[in-house]
Amino acid sequence: MAALTKTTIEISGCKTTLRRGGAGPTLLYLHGAGGSGNVLAFAEKLAEHFDVILPDHPGFGESDLPPWLDNIHDAAYFYLEFLSKLNLRDVHIVGSSLGGWVALEIAVRSTERLKSLILSGAAGLNCKEARRGDIFMWEPPQRIRNMIVDQALADKLLSVKPSEEQAAIAVKNEFATARLAWEPRFFDPHLHKWLHRINVPVQIVWGDTDSVFPLPFGENLQRHIPGASLTIIPKCGHLPHVEQPDRFKSIITSFIGNLATKGAAA
Amino acid sequence: MKFTLFHLMPYADLDLEATKDYSTAWLQTPNTFYNPEKGAALYERYLGELERGEELGFDGIAVNEHHSTAYGMMPSPIVTASALARRTKTVTIAILGSALPLRGHPLTLAEEHAMIDTITRGRLITGMVRGIGAEYHVWGVNPVFSHERFHEAHDLIIQAWTEPGISSFHGKHYNHEYVNLWPRPYQKPHPPIWIPSQGSRETIEWAAHPKRKYVYLQTFSPIKAVQKYLKMYRDQCEHYGYTCRDEQLGWAVPIYVADTDETARKEAKVHYENFRNRFLKMPVEMLLPPGYSSVESMKGVAATKAQIVGDVTLELCMDLGMFICGSPETVRQKLEHYWKEMRFEHLLSMLQFGTLPADLTARSMDLFAKDVMPKLRAVAATAKAA
Repeated sequence: MAALTKTTIEISGCKTTLRRGGAGPTLLYLHGAGGSGNVLAFAEKLAEHFDVILPDHPGFGESDLPPWLDNIHDAAYFYLEFLSKLNLRDVHIVGSSLGGWVALEIAVRSTERLKSLILSGAAGLNCKEARRGDIFMWEPPQRIRNMIVDQALADKLLSVKPSEEQAAIAVKNEFATARLAWEPRFFDPHLHKWLHRINVPVQIVWGDTDSVFPLPFGENLQRHIPGASLTIIPKCGHLPHVEQPDRFKSIITSFIGNLATKGAAA
Repeated sequence: MKFTLFHLMPYADLDLEATKDYSTAWLQTPNTFYNPEKGAALYERYLGELERGEELGFDGIAVNEHHSTAYGMMPSPIVTASALARRTKTVTIAILGSALPLRGHPLTLAEEHAMIDTITRGRLITGMVRGIGAEYHVWGVNPVFSHERFHEAHDLIIQAWTEPGISSFHGKHYNHEYVNLWPRPYQKPHPPIWIPSQGSRETIEWAAHPKRKYVYLQTFSPIKAVQKYLKMYRDQCEHYGYTCRDEQLGWAVPIYVADTDETARKEAKVHYENFRNRFLKMPVEMLLPPGYSSVESMKGVAATKAQIVGDVTLELCMDLGMFICGSPETVRQKLEHYWKEMRFEHLLSMLQFGTLPADLTARSMDLFAKDVMPKLRAVAATAKAA
């Protein structure tokens, strides 16, 4: 596994922590409500194939909570500046859950610097066919149990007691998630109107037993994005990068690999 | 010293056995357990109890707001206060309070309170609260913006009540091209404003500010917290360069009075414990949604979680001074002691709680009004004259 190096940059007055490592096509990983902590191991695996950039969103983890962060749109504009400031081009964005929503909000605004989107258990749309889980009502151990199908893995995750620093970051992440996603709950009622603007290839990935955004949310998202494909991971809950990292990684590498082949053929 | 009869209007007919597996009576206990016939009878009874407060000599009666819960059947205190407005003649009617941030258009609150104030010819007291955490789960309003919305809504309501003629209001959460309230409030410049709180420095600094001098009301807290926060308010006034008047302070507490201490404890026990352990109880995720309190105050939450959501006994709550219970003499002594120590002008007695039935509530109200209130009034009058 390739190690990532932590650095800090300033974007729109917000001190932003990011981890970067590996070589290959640029892959920007946008983490979910739980923060970048549960992504780190997976990001290191991805760094075997890609130049991986894993930022802490504004308000999350070790990044500042900037005074201008009020909603998901602020997060999207932040990342447009982020892409520009780091002068990133041909970026593949992998977005998990809340991060998938941020990816969608970025892409409807501009895909100029993007090459593709990979969306895992992504928030962003409402879905009348299913009721989403209320993560804000789940006490912390229940939250892990509800997000992971394999309860032996859940036991293992729960047996690790978080450090004081990790506990403080967990509270910070929770607050920032509420800021962006409390109401409307994990969706933007206007987003669906503009999803047709996404003109880069989109791969959607969903756990078959996701209890935060049950599978109909994934199918709904696919219907709204022209040409998007949906891959369902069996025996997997809301966190494919934690529960089925190898499967998820192979979906990402083959999707991006195929794009390169197609690009070469054209 | 002024006495206000405070009511929560719980759905006391809740089937406690059938609902015992729900972790809380708030928003997760389905309303299939609510019976409209029983609800109608309870409204009849509770409104009657408050109306009787006037006959018994209370200075005021008080209602409040909670949503989707058996804890209190007053999602709109505007409705209960309006029902009481025309059935009472002299008491003040306190809405303690309206949860400002829950309103999409708080200008409606300015209107509704102005209407009740006018209908009662100035008997309204306006309480302003944020609403407890559970309310944010019910309403969807983002708890992260709770403080911002509270302050903005407050400013809008005050502007609507005090600025003559046509003005406009532009905030982050609320925007109105026309602020021009009809009717304006009856009282000048507006109804007295009370701030019920479980205790927070930020709230106290805001309420005590010389521009506001709002009445600070410590609710349902251990007596040590009541002492701490009322003192904090007085100190804050000194810090602002003025001396706090007793009229700026209040304490809300459940009380039960019976002939003897032993009878009182025996009769109140199950009903008080139902109030605490069944009606009030909620998981910490519901009580404190993210952003409702500061990050700092969330840090200790895990440690004190058991304290927040665990079961309590009547005896423990009596020891902590969260519940005043006993013979008229015992209750008088305790309240006199606390009054002499803290000099709060306003005592808000909640004489019905949990499943306490009508007959026991009526007797406790009678004993409190006839054997406790007059003596405390005399003590306060003597102290003031001295």
